[in-house]
Amino acid sequence: MSLSAKDKEIVKAFWAKVSGRADNIGGDAVARMLTVYPQTKTYFSHWKDLSPSSAPHGATVMAAVTDAVSKIDDLIGALLSLSELHAFTLRVDPANFKVLSHNLLVVLSTTFPNDFTPEVHVAIDKFLTAVALALSEKYR
Amino acid sequence: MVEWTDAERKAIIGLWGKIDVGEIGPQALSRLLIVYPWGQRYFKAFGDLSTNAAIMGNPKVAQHGRTVMGGLENAVKNLDNIKQTYAKLSAMHSEKLHVDPDNFRVLAECISLCVAAKFGPSVFTAEVQEAWQKFLSVVVSALGRQYH
Repeated sequence: MSLSAKDKEIVKAFWAKVSGRADNIGGDAVARMLTVYPQTKTYFSHWKDLSPSSAPHGATVMAAVTDAVSKIDDLIGALLSLSELHAFTLRVDPANFKVLSHNLLVVLSTTFPNDFTPEVHVAIDKFLTAVALALSEKYR
Repeated sequence: MVEWTDAERKAIIGLWGKIDVGEIGPQALSRLLIVYPWGQRYFKAFGDLSTNAAIMGNPKVAQHGRTVMGGLENAVKNLDNIKQTYAKLSAMHSEKLHVDPDNFRVLAECISLCVAAKFGPSVFTAEVQEAWQKFLSVVVSALGRQYH
């Protein structure tokens, strides 16, 4: 299920719309993840305040995803150091990448109801899956 | 047995009240067939599914989408007894239709995304999303329960 040339085109075109609101979108996705999948809160026990307004982490995540879009032809290379971070330092169970991806899709749906067509959905889903895979690269 | 908070019940029933089965059903099913194309294996009798446009314009897909979405009504009306309510339907999906139950999970995802697009972030808040996804996961579990 690797990304075709058409998939990459669709992802880049859609992400051009997304990048202007990336911070809010990321924050909303993380906030939703923490609410809808409370088991993910276990990774943020060092945060004092888990209220929705304090999801600045979402901006960090989105910046990395936006960077991945620009390096879509070599996601493994682009995400190498982030993979090491998640594998050795953060030790996030990689099953959670899917969870955050889902919440990102929900926010993209609410934010871009007309642009997030089934065609865009499948390309973005494939892209986020590829990002998750690249992020898992150094785990074992 | 599933424990629902008052807030969850309110959210589920409230959201269901806003949902037009004839609109969301067809959207969700055609999205499933496009995003997870291996799902098309169950719909060989539905005619042309060869392109996204064909799927989205296919009247049999639309009708089936309405049927499936309408089936959620029973779950909303029987929140405290979803397992029993869907026992026969579960057996049918296993013995007669031979549907891989993972498809229930992905259809639930597609339904949630269509609902999210339709109602936006002020209605489909994180709390409503939590309740709605919990509801759908109970339905998904009930539908898979009679497989053997």
